[in-house]
Amino acid sequence: MSGNRCAVIGVGQTEYRTKRRDVSIAGLVREAAARALADAELTWRDIDAVVLGKAPDLFEGVMMPEAYLADALGAAGKPIMRVHTAGSVGGSTALVGASLVQGGVHDRVLVVAFEKQSESNATWALSTHPPFNASLVVGAGGYFAPHIREYMRRSGAPGHIGTLVAVKDRRNALKNPYAHLKIPGIDRAMVESTPMLWEPIRYLETCPSSDGACALVLASEKAVTGTPAWVQGTAMRSEPIFRAGRDTVDPRAGRDCAADVYRQAGVTDPRREIDVAEVYVPFSWYEPMWLENLGFAAEGEGWKLTESGATALDGDIPWNPSGGVLSSNPIGASGLIRFAEAALQVRGMAGEHQVDGARRALGHAYGGGAQFFAMWMVGTDRP
Amino acid sequence: MREVAVVAFAQTRHSAVDEGLSEPELILPVIEEVRRASGLRTFGFTCSGSCDYLAGAPFSFVSALDAVGAWPPISESHVEMDAAWALYEAWVRLQHGDVDSALVYGFGKPSQGDLRQIMTLQLDPYYLAPLGLDHVSYAALQASARGADRAELDEIVRRSRAAGRANPYALDLPDPEGDAFAVAPLRPYDVAPPADGAAAVVLAAGDLARSVCERPAWIRGIAHCMDSHYLGMRDLARSASAAEAARAAGAGKAQVDVAELHVRFSHEEPILREALGLDGASAAATEINPSGGPLAADPVMATGLIRIGEAARRIIDGAAGRALGHAASGPCLQHNLVTVMEG
Repeated sequence: MSGNRCAVIGVGQTEYRTKRRDVSIAGLVREAAARALADAELTWRDIDAVVLGKAPDLFEGVMMPEAYLADALGAAGKPIMRVHTAGSVGGSTALVGASLVQGGVHDRVLVVAFEKQSESNATWALSTHPPFNASLVVGAGGYFAPHIREYMRRSGAPGHIGTLVAVKDRRNALKNPYAHLKIPGIDRAMVESTPMLWEPIRYLETCPSSDGACALVLASEKAVTGTPAWVQGTAMRSEPIFRAGRDTVDPRAGRDCAADVYRQAGVTDPRREIDVAEVYVPFSWYEPMWLENLGFAAEGEGWKLTESGATALDGDIPWNPSGGVLSSNPIGASGLIRFAEAALQVRGMAGEHQVDGARRALGHAYGGGAQFFAMWMVGTDRP
Repeated sequence: MREVAVVAFAQTRHSAVDEGLSEPELILPVIEEVRRASGLRTFGFTCSGSCDYLAGAPFSFVSALDAVGAWPPISESHVEMDAAWALYEAWVRLQHGDVDSALVYGFGKPSQGDLRQIMTLQLDPYYLAPLGLDHVSYAALQASARGADRAELDEIVRRSRAAGRANPYALDLPDPEGDAFAVAPLRPYDVAPPADGAAAVVLAAGDLARSVCERPAWIRGIAHCMDSHYLGMRDLARSASAAEAARAAGAGKAQVDVAELHVRFSHEEPILREALGLDGASAAATEINPSGGPLAADPVMATGLIRIGEAARRIIDGAAGRALGHAASGPCLQHNLVTVMEG
């Protein structure tokens, strides 16, 4: 890892729900932030700076909301920044917060990401008609479905693999008190009985629309309180959406980003050396796709890992024990939740979905046309 | 902190009307220009600033990445803020010590919409935005609270527009005249004219900066601060967050030769001069907005970055020894960033 040491010392999450009518946007973010502060046993006064992340402003209709949310986040009289890197934004927000500590600028940084999807309609916001671009009017599922079909063609994966992921992640969600979708008794037959939305993605193979916020308190080495999750590696990578010849199924930016994080963390065999991963899987098929992209499986082999049960909570490399994006999706926060759950695992504070003895965890987020990537490695060992 | 400097700066010739260029087309030439000026083709980090609402579409920064030619994939991030904050993020990233250069850019096409309508959306969505209070109206509240002197405001606009006419990148605007109000007490010419435009800056650390630039503009201090959002909770006649940012950036440690201020309304200039410590005994020695400032062209989301770039340019040119670049955001100077640079 570059720069000064940085650790996660507080995690706060709201319950993720379809509609949080009981709180304003300010109330929502404050709830997560207050829980993160309580976890770190700190107060608002202890925070030097705030970093706020969320997906497009059109999702709520509040432009550059850091101005409005400054008061709720205790940022009046302090520096606050707003990050926006599409779906990867939650991850990027954590990385910008960590950067402030790694760069020696601040000792304690509050990182907050949110989405209150019930205030607007994300698929509408994703389907506008800008003057210089074609509008696909398809939302995210319609955009990614062809990439999934191409993965199936290349790898020869059987059609039920996505179903397995949908069942596995929702069963994990039953153990997570914050998770949005809780479907007792979910099984393959139930997933396969739901309508086809975008071939091959069925209704229960896609992520929900959630209201929710997530927050972290990050600290420099000298400011650590409580149980730290040490940041062992951080990286961002982006590639152009319209570059001819880029591989949207197995994006180079994702591979490069992972390689950078593994190098910093000293990981050469991710399957063996990482104990648990929280990976951005908004559509079930992205588990096998990212297993390959992140080097947990060879090309064309990711689906076999999923099928073998290796990524289940009791498998040898659990992916998304929290239930993942498939179970809770406040879009702008979804990446930060991955990063936060990774930290909870190595702090031993993940409750019922704790992976026993987890010492090293990967947090991952992606966005745009599978072109923006943000990742970090956290662990019990100080780098 | 690690020594980091502005080593190259470029901006478009800002246009008050839509010239039919897409955002990537606006950005491409300025990125090429800073690549040429710095001799650097690739960068350790890239960060940009823009606002989706100007394009009326989500992810306006996604296609902008096409102009960067981000292949092989680059280490890159984006702030939904004025690109001055992208520069701040890049400066922080360079403090880690593992990369030595950063590309920063910002862009805006306010010609695509009605800025007065759009800016209402930056307010508290439950209690303020429904009032329809636009940015000219709340600026007028601040001008009233300040008790701004009309003759002083007229002189600020006259000076800014004259400087803008001498600046090939700014708009060509006549001396202010007329007694109509935009929103009293502000006249139309007190309001920064929105323009389509983009800007880019290259930051470099230590020896790399010295090797690519004869006289780098070393960043000696950079800091930002947010005030409360609610206008009723602030003394609108002053800017506490600007004063705090200036203090944290060390602006008052020595004489400032040139200050480029993000003045979107003429009355903001005296408020900022006071907050940044540019009034007082040595005030006459500080040249304010020699580029004409935003009152001569306001390419929204690039305007703050351009202030840093214009201030840096005067150090790189040898015209100034110590310069200050200021950026602002939010209603009534809610959020302020100050960069202090030296030759």
